[in-house]
Amino acid sequence: MDSNSAEQKDMASKAHADVHADEKAAANGKTAKLRIFRGDSGGGELVDYELPLVEGMVVLDAVLYVQAHQAGDLAVRWNCKAAHCGSCSAEINGKPRLLCKTRIEEFDGGEIQVHPLKAFPVIKDLVSDISWNYQVSKGIKPFTSDEQAPFTMYEEDVERLYEPKKCIECFMCQDVCHVLRTHHKHAEFAGPRFFVRNQWLEMHPMDNQDRLHDLKEDNGLGLCNITKCCTEVCPVDIHITDNSIIPLKERVADEYYDPAKWLMRKIRGNRGSRNGAAARNGSRNGN
Amino acid sequence: MASNGNRDTARERYETREYDVLIVGAGGAGLRAAVAATENGLSVGIVTKSLLGKAHTVMAEGGIAASLGNVDPADGWQTHFMDTMKSGKFINNWRTAEIFAKEAPDRVYELEQWGALFNRTPEGKISQRPFGAHTYRRLCHVGDRTGLELIRTMQEKVLATDAEVYMETTITKLLKSGDRVVGALAYTRENGKFIHFKAKAVVMATGGWGRIFKVTSNSWEGTGDGVVLAYDAGAELVDMEMMQFHPTGMVWPPGVRGLLVTEGVRGEGGLLRNSEGDRYMENYDPERMELSSRDVVARANYTEVQEGRGSPHGGVYLDITHLGYDGIMNKLPTMHEQFLKLADIDISKEPMEVFPTVHYTMGGIKTDPETGASNVPGLFAAGEVAGGLHGANRLGGNSLSDLLVFGRRAGEGASAYVKESVHSSDIAEGEVLTEIGRVLEPLKKQGEGESPYLMQQELQEAMMEHANLMRTGDSLKEGLGKVLGLKDRLANMKVQGSRLFNPGWHTAQDIRYLIQISEIIIRTALERTERRGAQWRLDFDGPDDELGRVNFIVKKDEQGEVGIQKREIPPMPEHLASLFEDKVVDMAGGEKRGAESQF
Ligand SMILES: Cc1cc2nc3c(=O)[nH]c(=O)nc-3n(C[C@H](O)[C@H](O)[C@H](O)COP(=O)(O)OP(=O)(O)OC[C@H]3O[C@@H](n4cnc5c(N)ncnc54)[C@H](O)[C@@H]3O)c2cc1C
Ligand code: SF4
Ligand code: SF4
Ligand code: FES
Repeated sequence: MDSNSAEQKDMASKAHADVHADEKAAANGKTAKLRIFRGDSGGGELVDYELPLVEGMVVLDAVLYVQAHQAGDLAVRWNCKAAHCGSCSAEINGKPRLLCKTRIEEFDGGEIQVHPLKAFPVIKDLVSDISWNYQVSKGIKPFTSDEQAPFTMYEEDVERLYEPKKCIECFMCQDVCHVLRTHHKHAEFAGPRFFVRNQWLEMHPMDNQDRLHDLKEDNGLGLCNITKCCTEVCPVDIHITDNSIIPLKERVADEYYDPAKWLMRKIRGNRGSRNGAAARNGSRNGN
Repeated sequence: MASNGNRDTARERYETREYDVLIVGAGGAGLRAAVAATENGLSVGIVTKSLLGKAHTVMAEGGIAASLGNVDPADGWQTHFMDTMKSGKFINNWRTAEIFAKEAPDRVYELEQWGALFNRTPEGKISQRPFGAHTYRRLCHVGDRTGLELIRTMQEKVLATDAEVYMETTITKLLKSGDRVVGALAYTRENGKFIHFKAKAVVMATGGWGRIFKVTSNSWEGTGDGVVLAYDAGAELVDMEMMQFHPTGMVWPPGVRGLLVTEGVRGEGGLLRNSEGDRYMENYDPERMELSSRDVVARANYTEVQEGRGSPHGGVYLDITHLGYDGIMNKLPTMHEQFLKLADIDISKEPMEVFPTVHYTMGGIKTDPETGASNVPGLFAAGEVAGGLHGANRLGGNSLSDLLVFGRRAGEGASAYVKESVHSSDIAEGEVLTEIGRVLEPLKKQGEGESPYLMQQELQEAMMEHANLMRTGDSLKEGLGKVLGLKDRLANMKVQGSRLFNPGWHTAQDIRYLIQISEIIIRTALERTERRGAQWRLDFDGPDDELGRVNFIVKKDEQGEVGIQKREIPPMPEHLASLFEDKVVDMAGGEKRGAESQF
């Protein structure tokens, strides 16, 4: 066994060696420059960092390099590194972006400034306090069904639900929406992320709740003036304004500003509207 | 605001919170356990290191395995059970695998009941896709973001209960009164405040430990905290030598090395080729080809590269171009985006370069299949942190259903335990302050010290070199030396900055787990002198029948060292053993699902 153990060892460790070879080949002697906000709720400033540029590097790679080699206490959130989890949202040159999906090369050597999301209170460096979003989420009526799974639902019944369900809760749409960012209406306005959630709930063929009242009264749907800024920043390409907000606005209008509906509601309470919504939702065929 | 660790810990203030059940981890397993405990009318606290909805579960892509038989009506729990056992090379706990296979369909339907949406068949049922070493098309999925659907559904379900969630809060120690676990100590990542959680029972659902390797599909969270916390509290661990290397991780550019390429690509017909254009799986598993089990495909990919038939960046080619742009956007949209954005590759036009990446931990806390109880009273476990279901190799898609089946069972088990026993969750005086003192050490250290980030890198490199997917006794021993060396240096660690959201300080906590687990993995890998599933000893020829009948059980011994015991696996009962004898058994016949099925 001894005679080939050197060879075995070599084989066992070769993959390891390759990793380093790759890194060396990729580090082409160039450097990346980054200006990162360092500070906390009491204020802060942009600090300059310089590091070796590696081919294909994303801003998150650079931030983590700085953390490991230059500023051990630099605060940043991340998990998947693959644009799947929505943890690493921050503002790059003033625009909300996922750090793990933004390539350094994109800026062609130009300035890269990284700030935390600004519509929420900063905790430290690139981390802000987004817990408000989870409170809003808790206030939304969850999915509820009278039907018993397994449901019979066809692709055509559900295909428009796939889009809102892609949301990775990066909260960048919340960050960019002027109703929150500029007007600070956090108490009255749920924000685009939660219109997206309401959309699939309202359109799910098996759900039996009515959320139109909440959308109008508690979630401030009327405060949205369809600027589409949210849609522009969504990293998973949800057409928030066209496919979530406008259809919900139409339903609310139908429900509350249609005189016939208004009369029905007076007479029958909310039940009538619930059945109406179910009928509009299309097939209910799961028995 | 406490600004740094210079204060006297004796005066350190901390909060106390009390729950019937404390759940450590908010992945699929922890959230499902929380739902079970709240349904039992108990008060529940959930602690998670990151934000709600960001645990590894969110990254799962390919799907959730359950024998619904929607596209292959011949499927049933028996086949799923057999596939799981075969893939685990029969060192799995057969009772765990039986419960799993029987209950997985219920858990999938339950998700649907709670609002999860899966792709549909033309008949309006949940669609199922093929996956490696599953006999039938069995993976329920929604495109390639199934984990997102699962965790979001569970998260919204939990938000609608009274359970209280402590986001960005890290447990550092389980607290005991006599034999029983009665709570835990935690600090908040935001500002370094300490919380003493008193609880009648604790469910460990902290996921795996892929971060011990440099090339990994895991996030910073995968540091195996739960397995070491449980080990320190006296829990038995099982199959710790078994680490899964996923055959297909990204290789280029360097920043994404190790990032997962879902097995769904092969499930949808993706072909593996070497630089010579050969579909080399023919030489490794001509029958199942690309859809062979993960251990086999990972070794094949590794071997092709070692023998000089690799791609320019040291991988092999995975080709899905035949699906065309529309097919890919329908079935694998996330993969398309991932390669386009991060690697400038359009997978509808060119093949991907892939190489094995550390992915999953089969071993973990040894639990009772029925209740998720560990051998320590008051301590339960579920999900990736628990061991037993997957044996020597996990099948793709089996983890997500594992989380729900045993998350629920651990939540029920903990609830029953809490209801049955009357005990106080008070602990010995001073214990909390002693632990707080330990956690603050790296912040207080004076003079020179070592960087936790660099120590972590050193460990990851040692494990890559010595405990990778091909192992030898000599190399493992050399690796053990390095790991023990690092263990001795733990006390040198020093971090800069304050307690305010300080990742350096957080990393300093994680390293202790990484080092302890690495030591355990190497020691058990030295014991299993054979080739079985994920444990592949180059210095031994093949599987050893005798070792095929044992598990290696790890428990902290009297001296505080890693104690390893070889434990015989009890023989399978007749009703399970006979499944393997009778090859033409009608898998759909008889008992289709568990007796408790509500669906
Ligand atoms: C990229 C990727 C793709 C995958 N794809 C699939 C797939 O298609 N199908 C499949 O079946 N499986 C898949 N898996 C495996 C599967 O996703 C995981 O095994 C599973 O999600 C683990 O779930 P869990 O609930 O056990 O733990 P996790 O989801 O890992 O959650 C662990 C939780 O514990 C918390 N925690 C950890 N330590 C502490 C501590 N000290 N204090 C407080 N909280 C703590 C974490 O913050 C987190 O909330 C994939 C895994 C990865 C990484
Ligand atoms: S469209 Fe509405 S929700 Fe979106 S950013 Fe504009 S105002 Fe806000
Ligand atoms: S809708 Fe889009 S932008 Fe808004 S939170 Fe979800 S993924 Fe992010
Ligand atoms: S780290 Fe998950 S989205 Fe960036």
